[in-house]
Parts: sequence; C-alpha cells; structure tokens
Amino acid sequence: MTTTTATRELQVREAINEAIRQEMERDETVIIMGEEIAGGAGREHLGIVDAWGGPFRTTVGLIQQFGNQRVLDTPLSEAAFVGTAIGAASTGMRAIAELMFVDFIGVCMDQMLNNAAKMRYMFGGQVKVPFVMLTRIGAGFGSAAQHSESYYSIFSHIPGLKGVVPSDPYTAKGLLISAIRDDDPVVFFEHKGLYTNRGPVPEEPYTYPIGKARTVRQGSDVTLVGLSKMTWIANNAAEELAKDGINAEVVDLLSISPIDYDHVLESVRKTHRVVVVDEDTPVCSMASEICARVAEEGFDYLDAPPSRVTAPHTPVPYSRALENIYLPNETRVINTVKNLFR
Amino acid sequence: MDLDRHTLLQLYRTMKTIRDFEERGIPETGQRGMSASVHSSAGQEAVPTGVCANLTDDDYIGSTHRGHGHCIAKGVDPKGMMAELFGRATGPNKGKGGSMHIADMSKGMLGTNGIVAGSVPLAVGAALTSKLRHGNRRVAVAFFGDGGANQGVLHECMNLASVWKLPVVFCCENNGYAESTPVEYALSTSRVSDRAAGYDMPGIHVDGMDVFAVYDAAREAVARARNGDGPSLLECRTYRYYGHTVFDNPLSYRTAEEEAHWRGRDPLKLFRETVIPQGEITPDQLDAIDAEVAALMEEAVAFADASPLPQPQELYDDVYVDYPVEMMRRGANMPV
Repeated sequence: MTTTTATRELQVREAINEAIRQEMERDETVIIMGEEIAGGAGREHLGIVDAWGGPFRTTVGLIQQFGNQRVLDTPLSEAAFVGTAIGAASTGMRAIAELMFVDFIGVCMDQMLNNAAKMRYMFGGQVKVPFVMLTRIGAGFGSAAQHSESYYSIFSHIPGLKGVVPSDPYTAKGLLISAIRDDDPVVFFEHKGLYTNRGPVPEEPYTYPIGKARTVRQGSDVTLVGLSKMTWIANNAAEELAKDGINAEVVDLLSISPIDYDHVLESVRKTHRVVVVDEDTPVCSMASEICARVAEEGFDYLDAPPSRVTAPHTPVPYSRALENIYLPNETRVINTVKNLFR
Repeated sequence: MDLDRHTLLQLYRTMKTIRDFEERGIPETGQRGMSASVHSSAGQEAVPTGVCANLTDDDYIGSTHRGHGHCIAKGVDPKGMMAELFGRATGPNKGKGGSMHIADMSKGMLGTNGIVAGSVPLAVGAALTSKLRHGNRRVAVAFFGDGGANQGVLHECMNLASVWKLPVVFCCENNGYAESTPVEYALSTSRVSDRAAGYDMPGIHVDGMDVFAVYDAAREAVARARNGDGPSLLECRTYRYYGHTVFDNPLSYRTAEEEAHWRGRDPLKLFRETVIPQGEITPDQLDAIDAEVAALMEEAVAFADASPLPQPQELYDDVYVDYPVEMMRRGANMPV
C-alpha cells in the first residue's frame, strides 16, 4: 500500500510523534533518548515537564505518558548516548536515539560505523541491533554549513545500516513504525522543511516497508526520482513540464538502504529517461548511485543519459543569496529535463 | 583588582558593545529573515570581556555557537559581524558563515562554532603551534559552555593539553542551561572546574557576572600558560538572558524569579556599582560610552544594509585552496 484511504490528516511532525507513541504503547522495550526530547529535564519538582517536547516538537507528550525512564533527555554527549542506545538495543531493548541534526554525526559516527553497523556481522550473527537513529536534514533556513546538510548518502554507503527518507505524514508514520520494529539499525531522516506538510494518516499503527519506493505521479516521458522534500520539488516541476507537453513520472525513493532499484528501473523502462533530484552533494551520492544502476541494468531502456539535479560539491553557504542557488529547485529540474529532449 | 582608568573604560566599552550588538543586531537580523541560527549572549558579557582583556591579537580563541561576545572581545569589527549576520559579502566570512561561524584570523579568532565544543581542539592546536613555533608566547583560550563540558572531545583535549603542557586556557561559560537542560540534571559535578583535577591542571571557579573576578582569574591562567606551565580550566558561572535561540521561550524551563535574580546581577550594572564609588570613573564617562556604542550599532546596521550580497559564483570560492570549479558543478546541473 503506497497511499491511504484514511481521511484524518496530520502534519509530518504529528505522524512521527504518533508512530513513536504507538510503538512505545505496543512494546515496553522501546525507549527513546536524545537532547531536549522532553526538555527542562529534572525539574519535575518545579512543575516543569516536557518544556520543549523536542527541538521540533516531534517527541512532545511522550515523557508524560511513558515517564523519564523510557523517555530520556541526555547531556550534550552524542557519542555517549548514541553508543548507549546501540548497546541497549543489542541487549534486549528497542532503542531510539535522536541526533538533533545530521551534521552532528561527526561526533558520534564511530558508534554508527564500527558498532551499530558491524556488530552482528563481526559477532557471527549472535546479536540483533534494533536501533533507530532519528535525525534531521535539509537546507533553506539560513543555518549555514553545520546545521543544514543532507548527509544520507554517507549512511547508504555503510553495509549494516538501513536508511529511510520519508516525504509526507503517511510515509513518515509507516516507515518509522517499520524502523522501530526492524531488527537492524535504521537511520530515519526527517527533513526540516517537511514538518508542517499535511496529509491523511491512518489512526491505527501500520508499517510502510523499508526498501520500497512508490510512484506519486504517473507519466510516460521521463522519470523524476525524488528523495524526501525533493520529491515535492520534482512533483512541482512535473506539473510545470506538463504544460509544455512533457509528461513526467515522479518516483518517491523513500529508502536509501536498501534501495528500490527495481521500482526505478520499471519506471524508466516506460519513460526512457531519468533525472534524480537529490538535496545531498553529488559525488558518491544517492543520485550517482541510481544513475549508475540505471545505466548498468536499464541501458537498453534509455533514450537520454541518466541525469541529476543535486546540490553542488560545496558545503551549505549561509547567505540566502548563495543558499538559494545551492538548493535544487523546480527551475533546475525543468531545465535539466528539457535538455534531455533536445 | 588595580586597573588603570583606560583599562576600566575599555572593559566597560567591550561589555556594552557586546550587549548592544545582541540587543540590536539580533532583531535586525531577524527582520532580514536570517535569525534561525543566531544565539544571544546577553548577560554573559563579563566572561569574554574579562578573559580577552588579558590577550593580544597574537593570542587565539576558539568560540561557540553563542559567540558574538567572544568575537567582539577579541577585537573583531562589529560592522563586519553585522554584515556577516545579514549574509553580506563584506562580513569577515564573506557571508558564507553567519553567526555560528564568524572567524577573523587577523585577530586570532578561530571561529564561532556550530558543533558543541567543536572549537576546543582548534584552540589546543593553536596552542601547539605556539609551543612549537612561538615559545608559548601566544596563548589560546578554548571557550565552551556547560553543555560542551559533557562532550568527549573536551576531555580528550584537556588530557592532551596537560600531557603536552600546552599554553591553553579551557574556559567554561556555565550559564546554567544546555539549550533547555539544566546543569543540575546534565552535569555529574556541581562545578565543571572540579574536573580539572582529573587532568592535573588548576581548576578555578569564578562569578561570571563580575568582570573583575573573571579578569583576575584569567590573568593568572594566561600567565601560567605563557610561562610554559601548561593549561588551566576556568569556569565562569554566568547566565543568558534569552532563550537558546529566538524561537525558545526560556520560561518553559526556568522561572521568572530566577531570571530576575540574575538580571539583578547584570555585569554592566555590577561594573557601575563597583567602579563609580571608587571615584576613578564618573557616570558621565560611562554614559558617553553608551552613546558611542549606540552610534556604532547604528553605523553597523547601515554598513551591513549597504553592503553587497555575495555574487552567485562565490558559492564555489574557498571550498578548497585549489580545486577545479567545474568539478564542484559537474553533474549537479547548477544554474551558475
């Protein structure tokens, strides 16, 4: 199921909150930890509980329902709490750790790279690591190079980790429930620019399968592959292209490991062209990976070179004057597509 | 404390410049749509002022996300800083960095930093350069907060600096809160300075609202570093008047009474109450500085507004010293 017939609407941030809440209700081994996920920690005696409800209010209300033994605010010690969550996950808990921004991964990457990703393999299959890292991506807020990157391709490169990039409330809830129930470590990337995106979400718990893409717009002339917020940039571009008689199909990739190559290839078999729209930087990226796979396995389908619209190979600049150029936008997608029809 | 009149006035001017930069510059930046990553240090002025008054342009500091005060105290031009916050090409970082990355190598300012405790190893590295090339004559100060006190890299750096006897001062600005998390929840000790014992260096705890207390403690730590006697850990207990960012309402996790208590110990107010009765400085002199600083802020905002934005192709400048621009654009389908 790639869409829903539900009529109730939620924002992405509410869908994430509901997924965590429902899984914590269902399974008492689920715990969550991170910086300011409740906020004002330790001041219950002053009547202060849940002061922030998370930096983007995705974890609001959890501490009231589940208490401060399962909803754990942490010191600013990412290596410690990410590693601790991995350790707890490998010894009987289902642990979620929130890394406030993916840019902070540098501080705790060793825990991901050398523990979460490799333990099961190195230990000959003795452990499962049901660990979820929630983290945030996305530029466009004037937050400069240490709070704006979209480093998901780094994680897709690491064997042993899974990763998902939801694009709307429905996929956010379904993919997060899948991630929490998954017995492998999963990184869940929330785009800062999607939190207020609204859409229908079933009230009951459900899973959206990790590793499955979906088509959000049918078309016959070109396949636009989007990740996270870029799916909607691609979709907007598709609407514009339709006015010029180019009928674009939009594929929402949703998972960065495993990658649903077959879904992309199936679309390209029909459209004969592919453009990947990716907010991450271009070298060794999801965009280059998908283009390579299409070239390898879908060469005979292609009427034009697989192409990409991505950030440049630079850090994210602060000034809006530069950040606006840095980010992929509809115009760049449209121009790139039109070049394929010359 | 036996400071000459010039030094006293300079301490006041620095604190007032920091205060006004925060009070004026942050709303002005917000009006230009760039406030997402700006953190006010209002209330904490005595710490960078008292510490940096012991430093010269040849000395180094590493700073934090709440770093405007460090920049100003180290001599970075507030006009350029304002331009940087506005995303203009005339900022010291040419509009590439903004509030969280202001750097001015000509002043030994190794950058404000968006990663908690992220600049600490940079300061330690500068101290290594000083030891290897400058006979410890240059001192580095690593500023970090009570949040940064819990980062592993800080502890690794304190150990390394102690083992190598580097001329560095680890300066903890303990303002009571890591974002919304109170120190009494997050810190294993009541005083960060206690942790110095584990690294065999002096640990000093001072009132961070009192610029003279900070000045005196820093003078000793800086002198120790310059003498080649190694690092110190200086904890200054202070307070931030506003939330973590402009989006944060601090009354969600602290009380109005607490805020009033700390505002009652305002570092500028304490300065006046200490100095004026001694007769060396008159209120008129301080009022005159207030007016000069207000005019400077006016000038800074006008300068920033009149400054050009970066040109589109500057996106590719300074990623590397040497790298083909074409390789940064290739395959991305960039408009420039």
